[in-house]
Amino acid sequence: MSQYSKDISIVVGGAAGQGIQTVEAALMRILKDAGYGVFACKEYMSRVRGGSNSVEIRLSSTKAPRRACVRRIDFLFALDAPALRHLKWRVGEGTTVFAEKAGADSDGIRRFIDTPIVRFANEAGGSPLYANSVALGVVLGVLGVSSEGAEAFLRKAFARKGEDVVEKNVAALRKGYDFGRHTAYAEGIEVPLTPDEEKKDDLLLDGTTALGIGALAGGCDFISSYPMSPGTGVLAFLAQHAKKCGVVVDQAEDEISAINAGLGASYAGARALVTTSGGGFDLMQEGVSLSGMIETPIVIHIGQRPGPATGLPTRTEQGDLNLALYAGHGEFVRAIYAPGTPAEAIETMQKAFDTADAYQIPVFVLSDQYFLDAVSPLDAGDVPRMPITKHVVKSENGYHRYALSKDGLSPRAVPGHGDGLVCVDSDEHDESGHITESFDVRKAMMEKRFRRLDALRDDAMMPKSFDNFEESETAVISWGSNKGVLEEVIGKLGSKTLGGLHFAQVFPINPDVKKLLKGKRIVVVENNHSGQFADLLVRELGVKVSRRVLKSTGEPFSVEELIEELRSEA
Amino acid sequence: MLPFDMPQDTDIAWCPGCGNFPLLVILKDVLRDLGRKPSETVIASGIGQAAKMPQYVDVNMFNGLHGRSIPVAMGVKLANRKLTVIAESGDGDIYGEGGNHLLHAARRNPDMTVLVHNNMVYGLTKGQASPTSEEGMKNPVQPDGVIVEPFNPMAVAISVDAPFVARTYVGDPAHAKEIIKAAIEFPGFAVVDIFTPCVVFNKLNTYQWFKEHAYPVPEDHDPSDRVAAFELALETERLPLGVLYRNDSRELYEDRLSITETPLYERKFPESAFQEVLAGYR
Repeated sequence: MSQYSKDISIVVGGAAGQGIQTVEAALMRILKDAGYGVFACKEYMSRVRGGSNSVEIRLSSTKAPRRACVRRIDFLFALDAPALRHLKWRVGEGTTVFAEKAGADSDGIRRFIDTPIVRFANEAGGSPLYANSVALGVVLGVLGVSSEGAEAFLRKAFARKGEDVVEKNVAALRKGYDFGRHTAYAEGIEVPLTPDEEKKDDLLLDGTTALGIGALAGGCDFISSYPMSPGTGVLAFLAQHAKKCGVVVDQAEDEISAINAGLGASYAGARALVTTSGGGFDLMQEGVSLSGMIETPIVIHIGQRPGPATGLPTRTEQGDLNLALYAGHGEFVRAIYAPGTPAEAIETMQKAFDTADAYQIPVFVLSDQYFLDAVSPLDAGDVPRMPITKHVVKSENGYHRYALSKDGLSPRAVPGHGDGLVCVDSDEHDESGHITESFDVRKAMMEKRFRRLDALRDDAMMPKSFDNFEESETAVISWGSNKGVLEEVIGKLGSKTLGGLHFAQVFPINPDVKKLLKGKRIVVVENNHSGQFADLLVRELGVKVSRRVLKSTGEPFSVEELIEELRSEA
Repeated sequence: MLPFDMPQDTDIAWCPGCGNFPLLVILKDVLRDLGRKPSETVIASGIGQAAKMPQYVDVNMFNGLHGRSIPVAMGVKLANRKLTVIAESGDGDIYGEGGNHLLHAARRNPDMTVLVHNNMVYGLTKGQASPTSEEGMKNPVQPDGVIVEPFNPMAVAISVDAPFVARTYVGDPAHAKEIIKAAIEFPGFAVVDIFTPCVVFNKLNTYQWFKEHAYPVPEDHDPSDRVAAFELALETERLPLGVLYRNDSRELYEDRLSITETPLYERKFPESAFQEVLAGYR
């Protein structure tokens, strides 16, 4: 009899093209519909076929697991021999490996179940292509979850490919399922999870979808972008829903066109978004500067991946905070959000659109590959909503786009709405928006553009603290995608000394944060090489950062890894 | 004071004798003749002396970045298709820095007009070669003369099926008015190359030179004949003026995107569609 905790880690590995993403999508859907708490993340190579990729699914019966990956594997399903080699370093005492024995490097693996995945695939469908459906069946069989949901899922997923393909997949699933049930019985595998009926109606969201939903909820009605991993998904999401939601979607010839089209649309009254990754964003920087100069709102999503240059195109990093912070020549005001959960993604996207419009500035939303691809549930009732405030005014004859004002903001009219003319100029300009070389006007305009910063700072989201933060001596700080792992690790360490603090807005920083951190030792956890947010905290708040816990291998922090890093602090 | 005239005196930054001056008069005349309203017209421009044009017209203006007037203009049009939208800049800006946008905007075919002041030289940066400078033209960066083949905007525009491709010359204001008017009225992506002499930095392609080298498109030319248009565009010894190419069968980008007459600033939040999207992830 094998005992498992109420928190199971399942990993499915295989080559690109073997369909492990279908296994992930099916399992997440089926397990969530069955009422389990789920979390999934993936790692993959930059290729269309071959290589070794894997998906990790965490499963629990209490509440959904934190949005964090673990190193530990309870059940590993390897669809080919390279997958096992690729993941073997994570195989431990408690890992049960399901793979073909022939050709596998099974040395030192305590629990190895010879699983004829390819034979079953051939028997069921006459092709190894059905291996993923076999694997799906084995997983469900081992867990003892009914395969009915899986059959329905496969029927829907493969309907386009015809009845024959559907039936072969279902047959492959059944073969795997029977094998899994039989193995669980023979090996005494029992997974002590109890489903929770209430979870059935949860939304299942990856970061990309959550950001897309947030953009829609924030009134986004225009996107022009050029595909670049991992930022492309947001463009695809909006394209998919464009017609019914009335969103204009333009695939640009390059990122320069994307941001300039976005600014043109925004000038004419759209709520415009661009999505990209670091390299593509590099090309947009002059446009960011333009947005700052002409006070025309734009929301920029950067899905971070490891750089410099092409870096590791399909991996994760938080290396572009400084890029967003300093992008564009000259000085101007901006805001930067960095959500850590689907709920925060939906919330900060709406805030991004509102802030961009309210303050007439460029606003960034920073995510990363890990965050975008990771899937977790959200109670439909917990989808954050903000009212969409209309910031556009109707102009009158003699309208001046840059009329000087106390708070630095001038009413923003758009062309064709009213009798006035809307003139914006990348040159320094006077109140009417026309070119000037007057030093006095320059001074007034620089001050005007910066006057909004105080209000923007006071409006900045406060970070979210967890686990006796107030009493703690050490504040462990995260931003963006590290929220889940930090929350889990602080909870698991259970030390009175440690408190966690997560920033979903990283710039500007609310001045009240300084009070929160008073007298505490500060440790900052970041997925980059130098500790860019730590630097920002020092610069903005004048605090001392005692330690930086950093990782820039291209992978996210696992729970175990962060526990090892922070144990000495506890 | 007529519509499109600036309400006050403006200090115009062009040199005396600049080809931009007659074009300013021509453009305002055309907009008035077409009955366009300044508040419903947008001129997007880039950087350079030509790009200052909307600074001297009483009209909605987006004077943006070097090379980027076309994507800006397209963004404006997609956000509010009721506006008359013009992208206007020089040859360095539109054919060089922003060349990629010209190609791909033509493929999309939004209803907008691209006016290119072509003086075959860089003016504002003081006399370097532009994409359309003739081979051999001596300049500060190529003291022995231009050593690269000039860019052929008309041939390129026709090759990507820009549906309205024309060329004119400010030295013949009546012709320029007629061509620019037709371009703005054309429902689609219209490109007009406008010979606009630079009297300070281009001593080669002067008013006199254009007079000698340009000639009207032959009367029997059929602009809907793409191959014939391409042949005309390939002439470089003598330069044909007029509508070289016109394709009335292309669908507008706005229509292909199902963009309605309602400008985006008036868009109502689609709550039920949004709920439908959410439900899809349950």
